[in-house]
Amino acid sequence: MSRRLPLIFLLFLTQFALAADNRNPFAGNPRAAKLGEFQFRINCAFCHGLGARGGGRGPDLTRPNKPHGKTDADLFRTISDGIPGTAMPPNGTTGQGVGMTDTEIWQVITYIHTVEVKAPGKPIGNPAHGKELFYGDANCSGCHMVNGKGGRFGPDLSGVGTGRAPSYIVDSVRNPSNRLAQGLTEAMKEFPQEYESVSVVTADGKKIEGVILNEDSFTVQLMDAGEQVYSFDKSALRSFEKNRTSRMPRFDTQILPDKDLQDIVAFLQSVGETQ
Amino acid sequence: MKPKHLLLIFVLLAPAFSQVTFERLKNSAKEPQNWLMYSGDYAGHRFSALDQITTSNVHSLTAKWVYQTVALGKFETTPLVVDGILYGTGTDNRVFALDARTGRPIWIYQRELPPDIRPCCGRVNRGVAILGDKVFFGTLDSHVIALDTKTGNVIWDANAIDYKNGYSFTLAPLVVKNLVIVGVSGGEYGIRGFVDAYDADTGQRKWRFYTTPGPGEPGHETWEGDSWKIGGAPAWITGTYDPATNQLFWPTGNPSPSNRGAGRAGENLYSNTLLALDADTGKLGWHFQFTKHDEHDWDATQIPVMIDQGDKRLIAQANRNGFFYVVDRTNGKLVLANPFGKVTWSDSRDAEGRPVSNQQAEPTPNGSIVCPGAAGTTNWESPTFDSQTGLFYVNAREQCDKFSTAPQPYEAGHAYYGSAYFPADDTEPYWGALRAIDPKDGKIKWEFTHPSPTWSGVLSTAGGLVFTGDSEGNFIALDAATGKPLWHFQTGAAVYASPMAFAMDGKEYIAIAAGSSLYTFGLP
Repeated sequence: MSRRLPLIFLLFLTQFALAADNRNPFAGNPRAAKLGEFQFRINCAFCHGLGARGGGRGPDLTRPNKPHGKTDADLFRTISDGIPGTAMPPNGTTGQGVGMTDTEIWQVITYIHTVEVKAPGKPIGNPAHGKELFYGDANCSGCHMVNGKGGRFGPDLSGVGTGRAPSYIVDSVRNPSNRLAQGLTEAMKEFPQEYESVSVVTADGKKIEGVILNEDSFTVQLMDAGEQVYSFDKSALRSFEKNRTSRMPRFDTQILPDKDLQDIVAFLQSVGETQ
Repeated sequence: MKPKHLLLIFVLLAPAFSQVTFERLKNSAKEPQNWLMYSGDYAGHRFSALDQITTSNVHSLTAKWVYQTVALGKFETTPLVVDGILYGTGTDNRVFALDARTGRPIWIYQRELPPDIRPCCGRVNRGVAILGDKVFFGTLDSHVIALDTKTGNVIWDANAIDYKNGYSFTLAPLVVKNLVIVGVSGGEYGIRGFVDAYDADTGQRKWRFYTTPGPGEPGHETWEGDSWKIGGAPAWITGTYDPATNQLFWPTGNPSPSNRGAGRAGENLYSNTLLALDADTGKLGWHFQFTKHDEHDWDATQIPVMIDQGDKRLIAQANRNGFFYVVDRTNGKLVLANPFGKVTWSDSRDAEGRPVSNQQAEPTPNGSIVCPGAAGTTNWESPTFDSQTGLFYVNAREQCDKFSTAPQPYEAGHAYYGSAYFPADDTEPYWGALRAIDPKDGKIKWEFTHPSPTWSGVLSTAGGLVFTGDSEGNFIALDAATGKPLWHFQTGAAVYASPMAFAMDGKEYIAIAAGSSLYTFGLP
């Protein structure tokens, strides 16, 4: 072959390369899906759970709608580059697993498609009523914010409807202490801060209760139910106690019937869909 | 000044600026101003005889200089300091020489790495070794390289093995006599582990010890079929060396696949084993296997610390499987094994007193909860032994995990775990503690708790102090006798490195890598 390629051929090559980058070479290939499952277990399951059904840390990936894009090219980008501002790290930078080649990422995407729920039923709840409850009688908004509106004491729930399975949300409402929500994630820190409860007594005898925003061996940063932020040197406190009983009250079926909770879940899911 | 006096001064100074020899390495304790190898000495003590910074003045410790690599990833280096020059490594095989007085670089080298390297667990490196006019380091594409100490120029470059099959080097080499000793990483890829020795002058390989025995070799029968060929047992942490017997003590890592024992029935020697190797030949003396037929990724790649008690010659190791072991280093016999963190995988001992696994600990398809978790009660981060207090200090991790297992075919160069692990229970927080262990009885004398587990090693000094870092970004000095924290500095990022000490112009410095920065501290 001549060493000088026709320009048109070069253009064709470039186009082909770009297209190849965006297309899953293994789409629908069962063997690739199986290999992807091995990679998924090693690199993804620590957060996203066995079977991609979501864990305490990562979203349920069996939902076909993905908030950061659901095409194969979107998924490739999400896995390769991570999602800034979330706990999703760029491929290969996490302590979990070993990082994947491009081929292995495509295999993982192929695998994820095999576990996706093909035809998700429409949310059984009534999102409009759920919104009323969220901001009204159930008073979720006293502590939780959705799209900039609501309280600050608990985690922002704008992304929870798309990021978490309905069962996770239901369990968080019924049994808030089962699994504390994650708060601050720091770049090099292995584990995120969680919404642990804290109670301190200052040197002058003042008792302050709230949730931990951050903590190290020597200091604590916390927020009380009045959304006041405090910083203390632990050595200057008369007492410092934290525990894993959530500040969020248990909403049992007496306080919040199943039907109303379904409506709230439907509202949270609708938030993600309209974003 | 008269020329005659100048000459005299030159003669007096000359020995201090002479090249590092094997004699100097053997006698590292005689020059505490320098830090001549990864663990500070051949015994693996990570102890500094410098005593300027003490329990009474450490409260005034202040930052002296900071060197920023501005490189992403875990910064795991322990720098060396030799006669005023600091030699360190960063991610993606950066190597740098700094003026130890100011932190200003003298040279910076970075290896051009192929795009398809497959290092597990970060593109990390833990440091260099030094001899003569060369510093030595291992690369992520499994080469061993000698650089000129004055320029950073490559003097020789030895390709140990094909990185494409999952091999890499992350450890700091150990120099013994004229040999550069390294152990390979890659227990996640179904490699065949080895320890190598290279001629420091030429880069020619002098010996290799394969950590999974081939046909006809003792221990071969501990592997099912051909599983030894892809049996793992990497050797990715720097060993120790006893000049009295010319023996290297080198620990090895997990058998592959890490979470699946089916297909590799047997004890899987020499995975998770402490090897006593002749330094000249690599010939195996004795061996001691900590975890037989491991299915939890409990590499034994923790520093084997040489401790002498009267006329007893011992090795102490706080192992990833949760037990603190003391072994007779003349014959490899177990002296004691005591848990130093929560352990659920073993509730019985074999005839020699070695903890053995119970059946409940076996990984299952949906996962079984086992303590410690996959990262172990400790990992590669260094412990320290302080002969003044007689205590062994190590950061312990309190974390249980759920271990699952699944059949997985081997494919060269692809991760080969046989499934994975998960958080055991969302209600159980993970935490850590710096623990002081008495090697005489294996009992814990004190602990200092961390809010979350740490990947920081520990340094002890003759000033009665231990130094360690944490995942919250603090670098902390504690009273070695009591564990009381006496000083801390917020570095701004989690610590994934082990501290060291040196002196410059008669002043003691303590150094630690955190984030992408190397910090040094001293008295005002």
